[in-house]
Amino acid sequence: MKWGVVRFPGSLDDSDSLYALRDVMGQDATMLWHKDATLDGVECVLLPGGFSYGDYLRAGAIARFSPIMRSVEKFASDGGLVIGTCNGFQILCEAHLLPGALTRNRSLSFICEEIHVRVENARTPFTRAMRQGDVLKLPIKHGEGLYVAREAELLQMEERGQVILRYCDADGRDSEDANPNGSTRAIAAVANDRFNVFGMMPHPEHAVEAMLGSTDGLGIFRSIASRS
Amino acid sequence: MASAKSLVGEPRVDLEQARAHGLSDAEFERIRQLLGRTPTFTELGAFSVMWSEHCSYKSSRKHLKTLPQKSELVVQGPGENAGAIDVGDGWVAVFKIESHNHPSYVEPYQGAATGVGGILRDIFTMGARPIASMNSLKFGAFDHPRTRYLLGGVVGGIGGYGNCVGVPTVAGEVMFDAAYNGNILVNAFCIGLARAGELWSAKARGPGNPVLYVGSATGRDGIHGASLLASAEFDAESVAKRPTVQVGDPFTEKLLIEACLEAGKTGAIVAIQDMGAAGLTSSSSEMAARGGLGIEIDLDRVPLRDQSLTPYEILLSESQERMLIVAERGRERELEAVFEKWDLHAIVIGEITDDQRWRARWRGEIVADIPVAALADDAPIYDRPAHPPVARTPAPIRRSVEPRADTALRAMLSSPNVASKRWVYRQYDSIVQGNTVVGPGGDAAVLRIKGSRRALALKVDSNPRACAIDPYLGAVASVVEAARNVACTGARPVGITNCLNYGNPERPEIMLQFAEGVRGLGDAARALGAPVVSGNVSFYNETEGRAIPPTPTIAVLGVMTDVSRHVTAHFKNPGDVIAIVRTAQPSLAASEYASIYGGGADALPAIDLGRENALIEALVAGSEQGLIKSAHDVSDGGLAVAVAEACFNPEQAKLGAEIDLAARGLAGIVELFGEGASCVVISTGTPHFQALRREFSGRGLKLDDIGRVTADARLKLAPLIDEDVNALYRIYEDALPGRLASDG
Repeated sequence: MKWGVVRFPGSLDDSDSLYALRDVMGQDATMLWHKDATLDGVECVLLPGGFSYGDYLRAGAIARFSPIMRSVEKFASDGGLVIGTCNGFQILCEAHLLPGALTRNRSLSFICEEIHVRVENARTPFTRAMRQGDVLKLPIKHGEGLYVAREAELLQMEERGQVILRYCDADGRDSEDANPNGSTRAIAAVANDRFNVFGMMPHPEHAVEAMLGSTDGLGIFRSIASRS
Repeated sequence: MASAKSLVGEPRVDLEQARAHGLSDAEFERIRQLLGRTPTFTELGAFSVMWSEHCSYKSSRKHLKTLPQKSELVVQGPGENAGAIDVGDGWVAVFKIESHNHPSYVEPYQGAATGVGGILRDIFTMGARPIASMNSLKFGAFDHPRTRYLLGGVVGGIGGYGNCVGVPTVAGEVMFDAAYNGNILVNAFCIGLARAGELWSAKARGPGNPVLYVGSATGRDGIHGASLLASAEFDAESVAKRPTVQVGDPFTEKLLIEACLEAGKTGAIVAIQDMGAAGLTSSSSEMAARGGLGIEIDLDRVPLRDQSLTPYEILLSESQERMLIVAERGRERELEAVFEKWDLHAIVIGEITDDQRWRARWRGEIVADIPVAALADDAPIYDRPAHPPVARTPAPIRRSVEPRADTALRAMLSSPNVASKRWVYRQYDSIVQGNTVVGPGGDAAVLRIKGSRRALALKVDSNPRACAIDPYLGAVASVVEAARNVACTGARPVGITNCLNYGNPERPEIMLQFAEGVRGLGDAARALGAPVVSGNVSFYNETEGRAIPPTPTIAVLGVMTDVSRHVTAHFKNPGDVIAIVRTAQPSLAASEYASIYGGGADALPAIDLGRENALIEALVAGSEQGLIKSAHDVSDGGLAVAVAEACFNPEQAKLGAEIDLAARGLAGIVELFGEGASCVVISTGTPHFQALRREFSGRGLKLDDIGRVTADARLKLAPLIDEDVNALYRIYEDALPGRLASDG
């Protein structure tokens, strides 16, 4: 599969994502520049973490107007696979490619730590290499990761299986303490209703080597790569 | 004689004006002699910043020259934007630490944020990509009314800036002590990697080469930050100096990092320097001075945030995220194209000349015309008197009823100085760039180098309580402790950078502390074979005439040849041998125990640098052979706290430790809670213990088997302590957030 990682001004995990895909997984991956309109024929677009445009107005609010986002929107509406991690998730919500929004953490401070999430729906292109109920150890590092959506929308999302990952403890149990940012329904990742656009706050690209703490992020990338 | 024109409406320049700029009468006279006339107001401003203590090192230079600066691994010593060490496999590590103390006290968020930004620029102007940051923070007493505000602001500022530029904050230290109530310390460290042979310079070359201004526009912020804020004592009026604190823009900094590193690849950059302290004045004059050349700047071309800025303000502004570049003539366009790609402007504002003068034009007039050397090199160098205070009053040694050992252990684990600093470091991105093998909370951070088996270990340390008792031994202790922490991970210490925080150098007793501190730093660095390649001096850390304790902050870089052999602080398997190695007997002097219960001593134990070096060698050798499962340095809180911390692995179910103190002759308060001497708690599998022991005995050190790692999560230090490890861990983890949440 050919991947494209979009570099916005202020993207930080762009190189790390490229490293995870290319060097660790041996995938064909290329960097895409935010000012370009072309997606270079990629089969999956990854919007990486970081502080695009400094997140000065609101996380992701400016990046969604970058020229490349027109192409990403078109690509998504044509059924192309799009994954956004952290700031990428925030951009996808701002661009209305995903439902809901990400707001300041309950603690009002930035949090960097390893957390656990449970796979809620393994029948998606982003989770198919895993099983429902699997617990992943992944790092988070964000100040605005508290997921919110309107109650009616949340119910609909739950019904359709659009809640893909949920914060949990190391044994996969729900607990208030295990929800690091206070997200509604402990939601850590969601997909759109066509299941081709996916956003997650944890960083799979920072969980691909045992020496650095975890390899559970590989499950996400392998799921996507296994499509072709 | 060259002359410069005073501008209509400018303040008159006289002795009184010079004094208001922080210059002494003799310094003003010297300026008049160097120029052969009275300086213009603009020129006076330029001299006042360049001759400030902060920029000229006029009181410290004589002493700093004595530090060891060379080894076969040193690629760049002091003199450039940062020092550099060859770390192998074609990589050079560029690193430096700097203070941002006074700005952070006046405006904690922006002061700390811009401290991070400034040190980052010192690294990437060397052509190195910044790969990690560290910091050393000293606050006043935890219950002092201002401490919470300062702690929140400083940590917020470090995170707010560091997280946004994509450089992980991987280690640090935080201390609370009433001695810093009126003058906190914020020391920021950064390290970058460059390919060997590809470092950049800040030395101008080639008369006729254009000078480019890159980055943010110039505003009024930070004017006289270096001269008036950083080079004078604090008093009740200091908060009124808030406008001298700069405001940071990490997004622009991130663009600058990427754009500069990309621009460097064109080969069109001759020299580059950050417009840091003293802004355009220092960057332009220092680059010209290093090349023995002149420079002419057209102030009308400098991008301004406010068109009403005067030449004086343009030259002295310390607005952040600005760089000055000397380019190859005719290749400006190539550089401009790179900066445009990153939405940054690169504007030619002047050129290098061969007349060795620093000249600034504004609206058709020459507003400054000074020999470059007069500005950059001819600041006076002082050999300030250094002697002890006339009446030396040793600190009173409080004695209280001796607590039970288990009570004392719990009290220490909940002391803000010993307790987990997770509340602080979880606000920092410590993993971006994907190299952090060991992050905050370890003895030292460990960073792998992609594409190599090698790894770097980093640690920042200081020991002001020891320095207050003995400024020489305290400095030695700070160096050996930082180096030992690095060695605990398995890395060999190869280089040092330091931030020397002291009071007013015009007072002989402070100057003595400084001289003794530098002597200690030098002796320890020589003994360990780790030269001092960069650093920074911060004087005038005083408020209302009360100086901080001498605080030399030491950062040590270590290199390990095989990252897969790195060692962490936590016990690994039940049944493993717990052993300790010590270079001397511990003491309660300058200990956390004494600060809580009294009973300290007024003299530090001597330090045998030969034994310290042997300990480091043995730790490295043991790790390289895979004989060590865990190694943890005994520091704040002594042996009891160190053993408890070795049980606190947050990643797995807690293990315990069983040690028969009585049988080992360790059943005393000094043995359990004493500090001072170097001591390391090691665990190893029983089959490896004898081989490991020989590594130590071969170097004249004794590795004592004192107990076993257990599966039952109990800390048993018989007969004094028998505690549940999980309960202790909660005390340790909850102390800081708990105290911050309560009584607020």
